[in-house]
Amino acid sequence: MVRYIIGRLLWMVVLLGLVSAVTFVIFYALPSADPAVLRAGRQGTPELIAQIRETLGLDKPIYVQYYLYMKAIVLDFDFGYSFQNSADVREEIVSRLPATISLTLGAVVVWLAVGLPIGMISAIKRRTALDRVTMGGALLAISAPVYWLGLVALYLFSRDIGAFPIFAGANSYRPLTENPAAWFDSLLLSWLVLAAAFAAFYARLLRSNLIDVMSEDYIRTARAKGLRERRVILRHGVRSAITPVVTVLGLDIGLLLGGAILTETVFNIPGIGRLAFDAIQRADLPVIQGTVLFAAFFIIVANIVVDIAYAFLDPRVRYS
Amino acid sequence: MSEPLLRVQDLRVHFDTEDGVVKAADGLSYELQRGQVLGIVGESGSGKSVSSLTIMGLSRAENARISGSVVFDGRDMLSLAAEQMRAVRGNEIAMIFQDPLSSLHPFYRVGDQLVEAIHAHHDVPRGAALDRALELLEMVGIPEPKRRVRAYPHEFSGGMRQRVMIAMALANEPKLLIADEPTTALDVTVQAQILDLIRRLKDELGMAVIIITHDLGIVAEMADEIAVMYAGRIVERGPTERIFAAPEHPYTWGLLGSIPRLDAPAGSELVPIPGRPPSLIDLPGGCSFHPRCPYVQPRHREQQPLLEPVPGGRGHAVACLLEHETRARLWRSLQRGAVPEQARASVLAEDAPDG
Repeated sequence: MVRYIIGRLLWMVVLLGLVSAVTFVIFYALPSADPAVLRAGRQGTPELIAQIRETLGLDKPIYVQYYLYMKAIVLDFDFGYSFQNSADVREEIVSRLPATISLTLGAVVVWLAVGLPIGMISAIKRRTALDRVTMGGALLAISAPVYWLGLVALYLFSRDIGAFPIFAGANSYRPLTENPAAWFDSLLLSWLVLAAAFAAFYARLLRSNLIDVMSEDYIRTARAKGLRERRVILRHGVRSAITPVVTVLGLDIGLLLGGAILTETVFNIPGIGRLAFDAIQRADLPVIQGTVLFAAFFIIVANIVVDIAYAFLDPRVRYS
Repeated sequence: MSEPLLRVQDLRVHFDTEDGVVKAADGLSYELQRGQVLGIVGESGSGKSVSSLTIMGLSRAENARISGSVVFDGRDMLSLAAEQMRAVRGNEIAMIFQDPLSSLHPFYRVGDQLVEAIHAHHDVPRGAALDRALELLEMVGIPEPKRRVRAYPHEFSGGMRQRVMIAMALANEPKLLIADEPTTALDVTVQAQILDLIRRLKDELGMAVIIITHDLGIVAEMADEIAVMYAGRIVERGPTERIFAAPEHPYTWGLLGSIPRLDAPAGSELVPIPGRPPSLIDLPGGCSFHPRCPYVQPRHREQQPLLEPVPGGRGHAVACLLEHETRARLWRSLQRGAVPEQARASVLAEDAPDG
């Protein structure tokens, strides 16, 4: 097991190297604004632009830039400085992490609390009106794009522009450490919006898994033992049906920790996703690189955690 | 005789499907005395498993229509409330299944699954239930029960898994054990061990057993009575010695002809039954067996035979439209080593056609 984990971590280093190289290549291969021109601003003279280009190292060949970038990361864990405001990329990401974590974990709680019971009930009450209504609703929630749903929610329910002012609107984020009540209030609507599609997806996933599991032979055995139906469903059915859900959950958390770009942008939450969005608009390569590496890191770690968790969830799985 | 432990009367289990009504059981009647062993024999698709699952209240499908009566130990099982039914399942009637690997939950330790079976019906402390689980594993012949009780099902061999299933079924000392193809998924050598085990435990615990199989050889040594099922109906029923010594139904002859016997005349070959079992949706008219019967007469295609006592047969009954005398001569001819075509030619040619 320990060997397995070490092997996976070594692979992670290789993957992150690849990811950073690909990001570099894409940045220069695709048309984008010249970072030096953007930095120089409206009054930028050719001399100023040339000077900026030299300071940022943009005059060097790509492979030299990449070598210098990787060298700084490996030797000093230094992710460079923003092309546009010279902010330390590592510090910038770390300072925005709490907002992203808050958004992600709050949404996870909401979608599990809503999605799992719905999935379970519609599996048990399969083909009833309740099942059809909830699964129809789930299909709607999955189909609704989060930026559209977010704007609709803001126009309907936010206190500043909403028709029914119930929730705090966009741009209201407060850190948890500053004021827990304000933190909760400021994020609630974004949690609900982000969680909607996930809750729907998880409900459908658990429902179809549970329907499959309930026709397994060991469920028949559990009934033949004389267990109460409630126990048959929860201890024998859901226990098996939930395992794939845990896998997907791990990957989804990893994905969102790398930045929920759309949700953070619509609600103007100062998280990693918002940072990445702004950096892309400003051709700010060090920040783009930093956020991409960061997102890749979370996704790879989530994969490893999920695989390890599987060994605990399913006794048949062994890594050697 | 005293009141039987189980009396099934005119049990019908029909499933409404998009293709039509599947008549998995169509008028089954049999009785089982306490401590006795009944063998239910038939090909796959003859409805033998569905009828026993129905006794347990485990016919899973929502589209099942069930009629008739199943009286177990004085109670009508088909009209019991769900909770009363649950109290019987695994407590008074227990069941083991064909594939022990898929029948055990893959995520729980064997000991926990045994403890759960005990706790389903007895409110005892966990320690006591665990002791009982050890005792059960020892009783079914699992070596090192103290260590194995903590193992998962996938860590057992096929035979050992079936022993675990048996231990679980016997946890509450049921009055009736239903074994549905208990050895079909196992190696031949393991099969014999499992059958020996079931027989020994039956004697020790004094329970009745219904053993469901497609293999007459399996019930030959174990069963007191045998019921042969074909297409959802019992076509022949009687004491085991009678079924083997003087079988009456051409389908039973076919089953006997397709298993090797030491007492068969030298040089005789195994004769498979031609054709396949009929679809339970679209049963042939008349006698359901007529399309595959070597001795079929024209009227057998129209008239449905009833299960009727064989003259002088002490509980032996058969559903066949041939005359008893004709059947006896056919069977004698087959026993002398004739293949079905020869028997038909020698016996039926003498008679005027039956219909």
